[in-house]
Amino acid sequence: MKPSRFQYVRPRSIPEAVMALQRHNSKVLAGGQSLTPLLSMRLASPEVLVDINGLTELSGIELRGSELWIGAIARHQEVLTHHLVQTHVPLIQQALGYVAHPVIRNRGTSVGSIAHADPAGELTAVAALLGARIHVSAQQGPREILAADFFVGPLESALQHGELVTGVSFPVLDATWGSSCQEVSRRHGDYALAGVCALVQVLDGRIMAARIAIFSVAGTPLVIDVMDVHEDHEKLNLKVQALIDPDTDIHATADYRRQLVKTLVVQALTEARVHAELRQS
Amino acid sequence: MTTKSFGEPILRKEDPRLVSGQGRYLDDLGHDALAAAFLRSPHASARILDIDVTDALEVPGLIGIYTYEDLEGRVAEPLPLLIPHPALLNGRTGYPLANEYVRHVGEAIVMVIAEDRYVAEDVVDLIKVSYEILKPVVGIENAKAAHNAVHPSVPNNVSAHSVKEVGDARAMIESAPHKLSLDLFIERSACSPLEGKGVYAIWEEDSQELRLWSSTQTSTGVRAAVAAKLDLPLQKVECIAPDVGGGFGVKIMHPWPEEVLIPWAARKLKRPVKWSEDRREHFISSAHERAQEHHIEVGFDEEGRILGLDVTFFHDNGAYTPYGIIIPLITSTQLLGPYKPASYRVEFTSLFTNTVLVIPYRGAGRPRGAGRPQGVFAMERTVDAIAKYLKLDRTVVRERNFIQPHEMPYDLGLIFQDGRPLEYDSGDFPASMAMLKKMVGWDDFETMRSEYAAMGRKIGIGVACYVEGTGVGPYEGGFVQVETSGRINVATGLTSQGQGHQTVFAQIVADELGVPIEDVFVTTGDTRRFPYAVGTFASRAAVMSGNAIALAARQVRDKALRLAGEALECDPQDLEIVDGIIRVKGDHTKSIALKTVAVLSNPLRYAFDESAKAATQFAVGDTSKPPVPEDQEPGLEGKDYYSPMASTFANGMHAVIIEILPETAEVKILRYVVVHDCGRVINPMIVEGQIHGGVAQGVAGALYERMAYDESGQLQNASFMDFLMPYSTEIPTVEAGHLETPSPLNPLGIKGAGEAGVIPGSAVFASAIEDAEGFEIRRMPISPSELWELRRTMKENA
Ligand SMILES: Cc1cc2nc3c(=O)[nH]c(=O)nc-3n(C[C@H](O)[C@H](O)[C@H](O)COP(=O)(O)OP(=O)(O)OC[C@H]3O[C@@H](n4cnc5c(N)ncnc54)[C@H](O)[C@@H]3O)c2cc1C
Repeated sequence: MKPSRFQYVRPRSIPEAVMALQRHNSKVLAGGQSLTPLLSMRLASPEVLVDINGLTELSGIELRGSELWIGAIARHQEVLTHHLVQTHVPLIQQALGYVAHPVIRNRGTSVGSIAHADPAGELTAVAALLGARIHVSAQQGPREILAADFFVGPLESALQHGELVTGVSFPVLDATWGSSCQEVSRRHGDYALAGVCALVQVLDGRIMAARIAIFSVAGTPLVIDVMDVHEDHEKLNLKVQALIDPDTDIHATADYRRQLVKTLVVQALTEARVHAELRQS
Repeated sequence: MTTKSFGEPILRKEDPRLVSGQGRYLDDLGHDALAAAFLRSPHASARILDIDVTDALEVPGLIGIYTYEDLEGRVAEPLPLLIPHPALLNGRTGYPLANEYVRHVGEAIVMVIAEDRYVAEDVVDLIKVSYEILKPVVGIENAKAAHNAVHPSVPNNVSAHSVKEVGDARAMIESAPHKLSLDLFIERSACSPLEGKGVYAIWEEDSQELRLWSSTQTSTGVRAAVAAKLDLPLQKVECIAPDVGGGFGVKIMHPWPEEVLIPWAARKLKRPVKWSEDRREHFISSAHERAQEHHIEVGFDEEGRILGLDVTFFHDNGAYTPYGIIIPLITSTQLLGPYKPASYRVEFTSLFTNTVLVIPYRGAGRPRGAGRPQGVFAMERTVDAIAKYLKLDRTVVRERNFIQPHEMPYDLGLIFQDGRPLEYDSGDFPASMAMLKKMVGWDDFETMRSEYAAMGRKIGIGVACYVEGTGVGPYEGGFVQVETSGRINVATGLTSQGQGHQTVFAQIVADELGVPIEDVFVTTGDTRRFPYAVGTFASRAAVMSGNAIALAARQVRDKALRLAGEALECDPQDLEIVDGIIRVKGDHTKSIALKTVAVLSNPLRYAFDESAKAATQFAVGDTSKPPVPEDQEPGLEGKDYYSPMASTFANGMHAVIIEILPETAEVKILRYVVVHDCGRVINPMIVEGQIHGGVAQGVAGALYERMAYDESGQLQNASFMDFLMPYSTEIPTVEAGHLETPSPLNPLGIKGAGEAGVIPGSAVFASAIEDAEGFEIRRMPISPSELWELRRTMKENA
């Protein structure tokens, strides 16, 4: 379990990083919590590793207008405990509580997790549900990708070779919005067998909007508007079940995963509503 | 008196070193050594047609590529079959490198030696092997069907077959008032020590000597095996077990192919060579344990007393049987636990499959389980089934079948794994059960159940009992030496894998010699220090080495008192040793330090140090005799061995209260209670730690871990991502109660404790899940998905 030979580059600026990424078969190294195991098992054998951990300009977590910006090397742990995240996009922290364990969160980056496009990743679902924007630096200049367009398939994103994600911006949710993340995994901190993020808007005690994102049951996170069915659990379930297509694997059958989704959708919506009411009180 | 340390929860002496990164595990050694990597079979069953190394030879830093064809002498012979048994009709072992055929995914085919491990793995990637792929045999059903053969020379894939009978069980069942039959299955799991295997060898060309380090549970065994394989005199081979990060059984097997190949390469190349197993290698090429399928027929009376028990089971031994058939033998002999059925018949068939071989899966370095979890699962499921059938309390049926304290020692009429009659030496099962019931609140559980039910929550309670043969012979030895500095060196040949031997053995010596525990230093598993030993397994270290060391320390004490008596001109009987000072009882002015006696014990007295100077004031020895009299030796040291007539039997009972979530079938552990009897306890904290570790493994085996082979023999979960070893977050708080019925068999009255926590794991969870759900649980482990699917099937069938 040793990686094959690669060149290691530690750029000092974003342009330098983008330049290095133009080289054949290059890859960004962020927290390394997903990439290093892939290298060790030789499931990935890049020739050039571009380590972005020295790019301190990418470490920020800040409010930019009506958006919360998370830079590419902000660690899960910082995001999990940052007051701006807590105030403006609490769903991120609700989801991060399920991501791995402290030692991994101390290194792993939230943006790296989105760039990695793991369909079982909690943050991919969060990004998709909130309609986050992924900011990219490329040789041709910067560009933005909407989360809806970003996740293409399992571990596959709209990112082109040579592109660097500099950060992700999430729309700020005012106190009319409540959110929740619910999942079932085999062990604490494992990737979920199935998971659901929910977002509801409550005005004067009435639900005005209800959306969910389901993860771990398809190649990309699945965003579903459930406003029309959220009051009728049976219809809700029918709508959701028609859209998912989970697999059977060594950990769970497809039907069991469907059962989990059924349970988790209701739990997440209920909790999201409670959360909205809590934020308003 | 010196503060007594036997029985005290003394902090582990080894921990400051281990937790501050001072440990030296195998991979911490030999940084300049050449590295080995292996090309391993990607197929479960195949014939090797060709090995093409053309591209591989170009890699800079490559030292050598070796296939079976390159092996020489006895290295090219099959690996030894360590433990033959008359029932093992068709034992088979592999070669260090595959000889034409591969029989499981992961079997080593090519060894590459290079400047470092990176290069070695680059080379492995470039070697092209062509195979004729054969149809594999995976799982007990396939092995039984025998459409394909794992070894063409072995008919029906059967390696071993055994039948044992005590009384006429079949006739007794036939005539019993009630009968039941059950089919029970237990999946494979694996030892998974945090540190994999590893070997590091240095060949000294000048002296023609081999020094070898292995992450092993038996350095004496590895030493002898390697000497034999490499055709070296034993004197020219030393083997050291450095710090070992867990063993759990997989490292008692020896020699592993790598333990032969790495020293062989080191000698051939005249350079140090090292190999550290990686996690994937560990999963696919070390060892697993546990897959067994049991069919049970039982006959019993109105009271639930078992009149006849007939168990037929099949054991999946994987592709080879280098360690014999210890696992099914233990299952067959330890299945009965604390019960005394009027008659018993057990028949097993051990089967080859194209999967990794099996090895007794055991504890935190100390053995854990090894065939017992399966036996206990079979027995306890049977007792639960009887209780359900007769509508009796599960503990009542157990109590009615218990061997009673006045029946001890109790001969079960079977032969144990050590080849000696299976006779329980001690234990008070009714007392253990009473303690367990009280601790867990067994009699009040129905109240608790209805309280939870009122909240819409579903809970269940389970119970399971076991008896465990521990302290298996044949022997261990101990060496105790007092240096003139006052430092006490203790050595025993068996190895440590984190159990706390440095502490418990020091406690024993501190008490026997009357010295502070800080002065006692223990070495284990180093053949340079103690060449005669068996190894660490079967919960035997404390019993075997503990007693041997105590006996050796008593020799030292006797000698010290005798010499001190001469020096102080008094009767040794009037002397005591307190805090390293020998003094006259009642007259503390007359005294001599133990370290000074160490000086006096050696007639050659250069005054190197303060003790030597202090010794000049004393005169010992009889001038009419030679300086070292005929029956004596210089030095204040002793060596002794402990070899028991029979194993000593520890026992215990576990209860668990679980909650099962109604929609997702997730199992939450509310309480886990253990009552345990390992005789006299040397260090309760360490015993408690062993129990916690064992319970963790029990929970793992019941709810999380399995070996997921697909039909082509690929292990689908060969990583810690998919092999679900539980985290601390999945492990309950353990409430433990201790009962001490001392073993009459050994001087210290102790029994083994290493495996206690794990043995009843699957049984106790099956019992609790069955209690909560109301339907039978016949297969373990069980995942939430499986439990949910089972519920659905039960509902459809109802
Ligand atoms: C034991 C364990 C458990 C885990 N459990 C979970 C879990 O439950 N849920 C979960 O979501 N994650 C989990 N993870 C993964 C963890 O969250 C990772 O940290 C995260 O997925 C990737 O972040 P990273 O910074 O480590 O990225 P890296 O590992 O460095 O990179 C991952 C991939 O993304 C690319 N990449 C990273 N950053 C950028 C960028 N700025 N621009 C372009 N490409 C980039 C890399 O090139 C690479 O291909 C777990 C990891 C471990 C080891």
